Amino acid sequence: MSSNQHPKIIHKKDLTFWQKLYIPEILRGLRLTLAQIFRPKFTRQYPEERWKPPASFRGRPVLVEENGVERCVACGLCARVCPALAIEVQGSETELWKERYPVKFEINMLRCIFCGFCEEVCPEEAIVMSDEYELTFTSQEEGIFGKDKLLMPAVKLKDRLEFLRQHR
Amino acid sequence: MAKITIDGKQLEVDNKLTIIQVALEHGIAIPHFCWHPRLSVAGNCRICLVEVEKFPKLVIACATQVTDGMVVKTNSPKVVNAREAVMEFLLINHPLDCPICDEAGECKLQDYAYKFSEGVSRFDFEKVRKPKRVELGPNVMLDVERCIMCSRCVRFCDEIAKKPQLVFIQRADHVELTTFPGENLDHPYSMNTIDLCPVGALTSRDFRFKARVWEMSSTDTVCPGCARGCNMKMWVRNNEVLRLTPRYNPEVNDYWMCDYGRLNTFKYVNAENRIKAPLIRKEGVLANQTDSGLVEVGWDEAIAKVASELKSFDEDEIAGLCSAFATNEDNYLFVKLMNMLGVKNIAFLQHLIEGDEDDILIRADKTPNNRGVREVGLTSSINGSGWEIILRRIDEGTIKALYVIDDDPGADPRVAETLARLDFFVVHASNENDTTKLADVVLSSSTYAEKHGTFTNFQGRVQRIRPAVTTAEQDRALDGFAMSRLDKFGAHNDRWMQGPKCDARPTWRILTCVANALGAKWKHNTVEDVFNEIAATTESFKGMSYMKLGLRGMLLKTKVEVVAAPIHA
Ligand code: SF4
Ligand code: SF4
Ligand code: SF4
Ligand code: SF4
Repeated sequence: MSSNQHPKIIHKKDLTFWQKLYIPEILRGLRLTLAQIFRPKFTRQYPEERWKPPASFRGRPVLVEENGVERCVACGLCARVCPALAIEVQGSETELWKERYPVKFEINMLRCIFCGFCEEVCPEEAIVMSDEYELTFTSQEEGIFGKDKLLMPAVKLKDRLEFLRQHR
Repeated sequence: MAKITIDGKQLEVDNKLTIIQVALEHGIAIPHFCWHPRLSVAGNCRICLVEVEKFPKLVIACATQVTDGMVVKTNSPKVVNAREAVMEFLLINHPLDCPICDEAGECKLQDYAYKFSEGVSRFDFEKVRKPKRVELGPNVMLDVERCIMCSRCVRFCDEIAKKPQLVFIQRADHVELTTFPGENLDHPYSMNTIDLCPVGALTSRDFRFKARVWEMSSTDTVCPGCARGCNMKMWVRNNEVLRLTPRYNPEVNDYWMCDYGRLNTFKYVNAENRIKAPLIRKEGVLANQTDSGLVEVGWDEAIAKVASELKSFDEDEIAGLCSAFATNEDNYLFVKLMNMLGVKNIAFLQHLIEGDEDDILIRADKTPNNRGVREVGLTSSINGSGWEIILRRIDEGTIKALYVIDDDPGADPRVAETLARLDFFVVHASNENDTTKLADVVLSSSTYAEKHGTFTNFQGRVQRIRPAVTTAEQDRALDGFAMSRLDKFGAHNDRWMQGPKCDARPTWRILTCVANALGAKWKHNTVEDVFNEIAATTESFKGMSYMKLGLRGMLLKTKVEVVAAPIHA
């Protein structure tokens, strides 16, 4: 605001007579509260009762595992597109037909912002957003997920892969 | 001379040139795969089609000479259509390999597909399958499916390397690149085919899958592999050199470099045996306690030790060894320090491999700065006495202290025996070697990949090297290093910022510290200060500055060969 402008004066709405009496308003509020007791509950007994997200949900990114190996060919596109610089991929040679695989694949979950760009850019449908949303760490190092934590069998990701195919 | 018009631009050009040469000279880009300025014209890729008025059909710009009055259009609808068609043809059998292809990111086919192709194929048959992962030679891997049959590699081997080893076999869409029976692609320049290959058909076996090109920074520097000093780019990720590629300099190496330089001049920078901090031999520390009997100390302690030891000897009891591996600046200051101490026994070693040379690039002298040492070092020293004399005097006991920069005289067992007799032996070294084992003080010096400086090649061309790898005292951003995207946006605690760093200093800086510890008042804050001093005091460097050297370097003013060559050792 420039200095020669006066701040706008905001007029509070004047209270009505009944509102000024105070007690009736308190009672009105209490009535609302009491009425909630008899309505159905929204509270979920987490962690005993867990929420299963729909297929469109973007949980933590994982690597799709098929026949015991990752689909990933270490092209590095996810690492390039990741706006948070969360992904680190180191490629290497494999005897498999795909020639190239990631010896190291790490996602820094403290950096990841769950945007799903990695999933979108991947030419191999090798990295997808899972339905997992529970992430707790006690140190920064724990927040870096290696292949051990990232690999997830394709069967477990059926819903998401199906969803992606439909929305291509 | 011919007057021609390209895209409305009127040009007066030499009529021996082709359209593509003229266009490129005048900043008009005409796409090309098979054409290369140094190779014969093949005209097989057809992507350089342009329209010339009064010609019935489109012509290929690489094989059409300009004539007076020619009117060329490089972007008319006809040309655009034709290019699209050529791209469609090239991509018919091209595999969808980009994700696993090392060329991706610097691939002409990829680039042109974006620029000139519609990105759809009308071809829905099975693609032709050809061999993949073919080891063409010790350094080059071939993927036949990706080859677009441009024949650049074949022509390079025939015309530049003069080693016809590559050939096409079969016909039509079954054409395959291969080596002649019983041959390997193994000539000393084989890896230039990798740079030449416009696609990812030829890739480096050394660099294979190590990094994507966009993850690395690239720094313009010079190869220290031999006295040629090929201009090159150094590619670094996570403070680690991953590959070297040639950089165009028509005066020195043109577009090429040799495989030896490309593969062997960077591995020691990040090697296990790097000396990570200054080392001192201390009383009571036995050789089996630490590997070499040397202990790591801080810079101040190491330099104080060198200064106090040097002071305790007579000037005739000290000898110095310059280095053709070190820069002009390093050698200049070394000689200056020796002069300051009154030391007259200065020499340097030549590293010649007789016969290991050719008339393309490779020189028998395996040091990058032989000429430079003589130019800034020994001629300006009072008396360049030879190395053999120094060794004899050490044996006799008249020389008691030796100061060596960036060389490994101890590699010769006979010399090592002599060096063991020294009372005080100080060495600047970047990696452990036979000499550091004998030293009393080892000052950890930067490699050529970690410092600024200049080398003088055998032609007398002074060329700049630039740092690409940081030492403990440097910072990529603050010290103006080339930076990759990761370098720019990473934080200090990101894993990719944790690459190995040595507590090393460039030799010129160490020498400044030593001289000042001895009471001198040298004020060289940057290596450029040193170079400016050389330019001011040395006749052949007159008028030079880092700015003027630029990317191509400058020739020394003297043409006369310096005769005071030290004794060959
Ligand atoms: S979801 Fe987004 S932020 Fe997370 S790893 Fe993928 S691209 Fe990076
Ligand atoms: S984009 Fe896909 S294939 Fe490429 S590195 Fe990432 S996960 Fe692997
Ligand atoms: S040669 Fe180029 S277009 Fe072909 S797979 Fe490699 S990067 Fe892709
Ligand atoms: S291997 Fe490369 S350079 Fe050689 S013909 Fe094929 S595409 Fe051209």
